[in-house]
Amino acid sequence: MMHITKHVAGLLLTALAGAFFAATLVRLAPGADSDERDFDPRLSAASIQALHGSRAADRNLGRYYAAYLRGLVRGDFGTSYSLKRPVRELLADRGPATLRLVGSGLFAGWALGLALAIIATQGKVGALKVFTSGLSTLLLCLPAALIGLVVLVARARWWWAIALIILPKVYSYARGLLDQVSKEPHVLLARAKGLGRARIFVWHVLPSIMPELLALAGISVSLAFSAAIPIEAVCDIPGVGQLAWQAALGRDLPILVTITLLLALITRAANVASDLAIAALHPQALPEAAL
Amino acid sequence: MKKLAGAVLVLIFAAALGSDVLATASYRTQFREEPSAPPSAHHPLGTDELGRDRLSRLLYGSRISLMLAPAAALLATAIAALAGATAGYLGGWWERTFLGATDLSLSLPWMFFLMTVRALLPLDVSPAASITITFLLLGALGWAGPARIVRAAVVSMKRSEFMLQARASGSTGLGIVITHLLPNLKPVLIVQFLVSIPVFILSEANLGLLGLGVAEPMPSWGNLLRDLERFSEVRANPWLLAPAVMLVAVVVCLQIIAKREEFVA
Repeated sequence: MMHITKHVAGLLLTALAGAFFAATLVRLAPGADSDERDFDPRLSAASIQALHGSRAADRNLGRYYAAYLRGLVRGDFGTSYSLKRPVRELLADRGPATLRLVGSGLFAGWALGLALAIIATQGKVGALKVFTSGLSTLLLCLPAALIGLVVLVARARWWWAIALIILPKVYSYARGLLDQVSKEPHVLLARAKGLGRARIFVWHVLPSIMPELLALAGISVSLAFSAAIPIEAVCDIPGVGQLAWQAALGRDLPILVTITLLLALITRAANVASDLAIAALHPQALPEAAL
Repeated sequence: MKKLAGAVLVLIFAAALGSDVLATASYRTQFREEPSAPPSAHHPLGTDELGRDRLSRLLYGSRISLMLAPAAALLATAIAALAGATAGYLGGWWERTFLGATDLSLSLPWMFFLMTVRALLPLDVSPAASITITFLLLGALGWAGPARIVRAAVVSMKRSEFMLQARASGSTGLGIVITHLLPNLKPVLIVQFLVSIPVFILSEANLGLLGLGVAEPMPSWGNLLRDLERFSEVRANPWLLAPAVMLVAVVVCLQIIAKREEFVA
């Protein structure tokens, strides 16, 4: 119970610190005070001054963040500068598209990555091993946005882009683990006793690599959400990633701070969930500090 | 395999460094009468829509990406070495603060931060300033992962016999760090440096593809890849793939070398 409380406290602290850091970066970045409407010839000097006045409260970072946190407690993430709509509404509209993209991509990436790793280590076809290694290396060398473009050209479903980013990481990590575990004494003994391949895999190999796979699962969630930003921007998918991209270009502080908070929260929550799963399945696999 | 990867890298580095000699024109020279020209003897990779020689831009762009990604990796590795070694060696309060800071750093969406800060720069930012800022940001934000590895290495070294012997023979504090710790950390730092380079190259490529990397007219692999956004033209003009091929070749070679060094370390 104590370590769960510790994890939750760490989770909240990370999210708040992340949001504050994002707000600080935005406020300190050169050009943060400028607004393209300053150069709109249709606006009078009084209108421009009124616009500046409306943002004056946000110039003081401490005051902006305190007001933001007060709103957050009430479930209010503020109103977008550029889209003139509550951030909560925007996230509710675009969240499902991103969740579908990331969820399906993670599932497909993990399924394919694990399947290829198992085939490469258990199978005897040399050419297949070379092909899977080559494919994994190639995919590791492509930027996420370029993978998005490839999926766009191939007219495949969008989640393939996330799957192709997750696949090589799962494949290379799982293959390394499988290679290592298959040489361990308990697996060699099981093989010497004449146990079938499937049985050795399920009863002896899988339990040994489960803690590491769970740790990778936690990391892969944050990887997928980070990759969703360039992919949605390049492929024109109306999700939260595209919203983040538009907010960055439009210097939309309420959206930027909220998305940073959410992404930090998701990353930390995924890692905490994987730590808790490891602690439940294999308490001995976690370092003392993580418990 | 490592030798072949090394040879390919040396070749590409040499071509990038010799871009002043090898390029037929400057990266900004426009051949106004030949916009979007196909490959010819004069322009081996054709010209872009502004009439600029694609091969020259690829060579100059390679120089920028290949010089600045290692610089960013060096910065990240230096911060990681300093923070990780201090935390690991001193332990206690230093170590707890360090672990909290790296936890926080690794939980934050850095790519999103990079995009945000880069997008906030004024539109008239000079190309040189955009290059410096992009890679300084990459270097300054990529320290946490390598720092944890350095800390773990220092903690395990602290318990090793050679450190015990050093302490028993009267060495203390800075003397131990300089004479014993740092030389033994070298393989770990080299691996972290090598592993970081492809990460930064790919990050710059992502930013460039989104229009937030190195500013025009200066070329980099990231902004050269933007030509691929007009994917309907790629099949008819396969030479548009040249920056992608170059990027993949360099990252594959760097990964082969880094993996080998990791194994040795």
